[in-house]
Amino acid sequence: MAVAVEIQKTAALTGNEAAAQAMRQINPDVVAAYPITPQTEIVQLFSTFVSDGLVKTEFVAVESEHSAMSATVGAAAAGARSMTATSSQGLALMWEMLYVAAGMRVPIVMPMVNRALSSPINIHCDHSDSMGARDSGWLQIYSENSQEMYDNLIQAVRIAEHPNVLLPIMVTMDGFIISHGMENVELLPDQAVKDFIGEYHFPYPLLDVEQAKTLGPLTLQDFYFEHKREQAEAMYRSKEVILAVAEEYAAISGRKYGFFETYKMEDAEYAVIVLGSTAGTAKYVVDQLRQAGEKSGLVKIRVFRPFPGQELSEALSGLKAVGIMDRADTFSTQGGPLYLEIKAALYHAANQPQCINYIYGLGGRDIDPPLIRQAFMEVKDLASGSAAEAGPTVRYLGVRE
Amino acid sequence: MTLSSQTKNLLKVHQDVDPDIKPNAGWRDLPIGGVIPQGGTASQFATGDWRTIRPVWSKEKCINCHRCWLYCPDMAWISEDGKIQGVDLTYCKGCGICANVCPTKVHAIEMHPEDDFKDDEAVKEG
Amino acid sequence: MALPDLAKKPQRFTGGHRACAGCGFPITIKIILQAAENPVVVGCATGCMEVTSTIYPYTAWRCSFIHTAFENVAATMSGVEAAYRSLRRQGKINQDITFIAFGGDGGTYDIGLQSLSGAMERGHKLVYVCYNNQGYMNTGIQRSSATPRGANTTTTPAGTQLPGKPQYPKNLTAIMAAHDIPYVAQASMSHWNDLYRKAKKAFAAEGPAFLNVLSTCRLGWATAPEDTVDVAEGAVQCNVWPLFEVEKGNWKLSFKPKKPLPVADWMKQQGRFKHLFRSDNSQLLETIQQQVDEDWQRLLELCGVNGE
Ligand code: SF4
Ligand code: SF4
Repeated sequence: MAVAVEIQKTAALTGNEAAAQAMRQINPDVVAAYPITPQTEIVQLFSTFVSDGLVKTEFVAVESEHSAMSATVGAAAAGARSMTATSSQGLALMWEMLYVAAGMRVPIVMPMVNRALSSPINIHCDHSDSMGARDSGWLQIYSENSQEMYDNLIQAVRIAEHPNVLLPIMVTMDGFIISHGMENVELLPDQAVKDFIGEYHFPYPLLDVEQAKTLGPLTLQDFYFEHKREQAEAMYRSKEVILAVAEEYAAISGRKYGFFETYKMEDAEYAVIVLGSTAGTAKYVVDQLRQAGEKSGLVKIRVFRPFPGQELSEALSGLKAVGIMDRADTFSTQGGPLYLEIKAALYHAANQPQCINYIYGLGGRDIDPPLIRQAFMEVKDLASGSAAEAGPTVRYLGVRE
Repeated sequence: MTLSSQTKNLLKVHQDVDPDIKPNAGWRDLPIGGVIPQGGTASQFATGDWRTIRPVWSKEKCINCHRCWLYCPDMAWISEDGKIQGVDLTYCKGCGICANVCPTKVHAIEMHPEDDFKDDEAVKEG
Repeated sequence: MALPDLAKKPQRFTGGHRACAGCGFPITIKIILQAAENPVVVGCATGCMEVTSTIYPYTAWRCSFIHTAFENVAATMSGVEAAYRSLRRQGKINQDITFIAFGGDGGTYDIGLQSLSGAMERGHKLVYVCYNNQGYMNTGIQRSSATPRGANTTTTPAGTQLPGKPQYPKNLTAIMAAHDIPYVAQASMSHWNDLYRKAKKAFAAEGPAFLNVLSTCRLGWATAPEDTVDVAEGAVQCNVWPLFEVEKGNWKLSFKPKKPLPVADWMKQQGRFKHLFRSDNSQLLETIQQQVDEDWQRLLELCGVNGE
C-alpha cells in the first residue's frame, strides 16, 4: 500500500475539480444531486464522468436538494454507496433530511461548498450554511485547500462507513476561494483509493429482499431515546475512527491529518483559531509575526463534528489569550459557533486563556493579512494585559462601521 | 486481515443484534437507526380488544366467496388452501365490514355485541 | 383471478397494525400487494399508513420497507430504485424486484407533488400509489387539495358563513397523465378486481406508473365503520370518483354506472357533508352536481365514450 506515495500524480485543480476527482475515484454506486452555485461544477464534472463511462455510478439528476438528500438516503439504505453535494440554500433545503440521514445511520459522504445563506442572497463564502447544520448529527470536516478537500473526502468514506460509526459526513471547502481557485493537488492512483475505501456495507440493506425489514418506523416515548442515545455514542466512537483512518491514509499518501492542525504553537503565548481557507492567510501572518519576534501561533480546526473539545482544551491550555475567528454568526448575541464551542471546551481547563471572538468574512467579504494581523495584535494585547480597555468579547472584523 | 473482511466482521456486530426487540432493552442492545430487522412483528400485537361487536360466522351458510377475507382491513379472516376457516379474533377490531360485504342473500356473518360472549370467556378462564 | 386463489398467496401486510377499525387503506394495500409477483420494496410517506403500520418494534410489513419523511417518498424510492439499477448493472443483484411508493393524498397531491413529479419525469421504474382518503386524516382531518368541495374538515369547518371546503379537488390523475408516463390509473378499493388488474398493469409497465386509489377514511368522512366499502363504491357510482386508466396517452374508461347516483345520495352517507343538507346550502349541492356532471362529460370525451 505504501507504494501509492511514490506514484501520486500532481495536477492543477480547482477545489471543485479536486472534489469531483475524489468522487470519480470513490466511484459511488449512486449520486443524486442538484446544481447550486458554487457547487455546480462538481455535479457537472461528475456528470461527464458518468457520460464517458469513467464511473459505474447511477446518476440521478433530481428536481431539488430535498429530493437529492432523500434519494441519497434511499440509495444508501438500499445497499449502495451513495453521495450528493451541495451549498448554502441547497443545504438549507435538505435540512429535514439531514437529521433523517443521521438518525437512519446511512453513511452518506457529501462535499459541501460553503456559501452564505439568504437573505440577502449572496453566492460567496461564509460558513453559515454548514454551521447551521452543526447539530444535525452529521460529522463535519473543514478543508483549508483543494488538497485537503480531496484527502478529506477519501477519508470520509472510511470514517462514515466504519461499522462503529455509520453516520453521514459532510466535507466542506470555502466557496469560490477554494472551489474555484486553482492549485496543485496530489492525486492518489485510482486503485489505491479503491483499495483504501473497500466495499460498501450497510447492515440492513433494503435490496436484500430475502430478509424483511422496516427502516424508519415510528418510535415513541418507549424507544426513541434509546435510538438517539446510540446515535450520540456513534459520534463519540467516531473520534477514534477518524484518527485511525488518518493514520492509514498517511501511510498511502504521506499526508497527515488530525482533529486540528497546530501551527507554530510550541512556544506560543497567544493564538488565533480558524476554520477553512483563512488558515492559509493566517499562517502567512504568523510567519511575519514570528519574524518580528512575536510568540504567536495558529490552530486550524479540521474536525468540527465530533468536536475535539478535550484535545483542543489541552492544546490551548497555558496560552494567555486566543482569538476565535468565525465566518458565521449565531445571532444569539453570544458570538459565533466556533467561539461558543471552544469557550465551552475550555470551561474545565486548568489554565483558561482569555477568549475573544472575531466574526468576519460574511458573504465572502475579503479577509486579508492586515485584518488578521489586527486580530493577532488585539489578542496579544489581551494576553499581555495591556489592552487599554477590555472591549467587547464579540467583534465584527472587516465590517464598515 | 483485509479491510473488507474486517468491515464485514464488524458489521456482524450489528447483524447479530437480537432481532427480537425486548421492551426493556437498553440502548446498546437495539439494532441501530431504529431498524426493525424482521418482518411482520405486528402479528404479535393483538388488536382484538378494541372490539365491541364480534363477527359470528356460519360455516353452513358460507359460499366461500372470500369477500370477507378481501375487505377485512385487519387480515382477520383465515383462509387455508382457498377455504375460509373462520375469523382470528386476535386481530378483529369489530368494524363490521365483513358482515356488510358478505353477499346479502348468503348472510353468513352476523355481528354480535361482545357482551354476549362474556360468559363464554368466563367459562374458558374459569 | 378468483378470490380464494388470491388468498392462497402469502400476504405481505399483517394484522396487528393500529389503523382505525374499518379503515380503508389496509384493503388498498392488500389488493395491490397481492397483485405483485416479484419481491417488493415498499416506501411510505409519513401519514396514517406509516404511523399505524410501523409502531416500533411492531411492523405490519413482511417485506423491505422504508419511511424517511412526508413529502419525499417518491424521491426516496427514486434512490432505492437507482441503487437497484446500479447494483444490477454491476452484477451484484440478479433478481427482479418491484418498487412501490405509498403516499396519502396530503403526501401526494400537496406536499409531495414536486417529488412525485420529479420521480415520474425521470422515469424510475416504480409504482406510486396514492391512497387517497381526501384529507389530512393523520393530523386530525384537515383539508387537502384532494378534499371534495363542501366537505367539513377542521381547517374548512362548516360554519354559519362558510359551508365547508370552498374549492373542488384538483385532478391529480390528469396531472400525472400529463407526465406521459407509461401507466396512470384511477381506482377505488371498493372495486377490487379493477384495482387488482390496474396494479398488475402498473407493475408490468415499462417505467413509472401512478395509481390514485380512493380509500375510505371512516373517521374523516364520518361514516359507520361497516360502510367503508359501500361509501367508496358510492363515490364511483355517482361519478365523483370515476374509474379510468391512461395507457401510453390513451384514456380508457374502466366503469360506467348504469344510472349514475345523485351526488347527494353519496354525500348523505357521510357526516362531513351533513351541513349541505340544510336548506340554505341547497344551491351549493346543485352546483356540485353540475360540476361532477361536467367533469364526467369531459372524461367521457377523453375516453372516446358517448354520453347519454
Ligand atoms: S369485523 Fe372488521 S376487523 Fe373483524 S373480521 Fe370483520 S372485517 Fe375484519
Ligand atoms: S363473505 Fe360471507 S360467504 Fe363470502 S367467504 Fe366470507 S363468510 Fe363466506
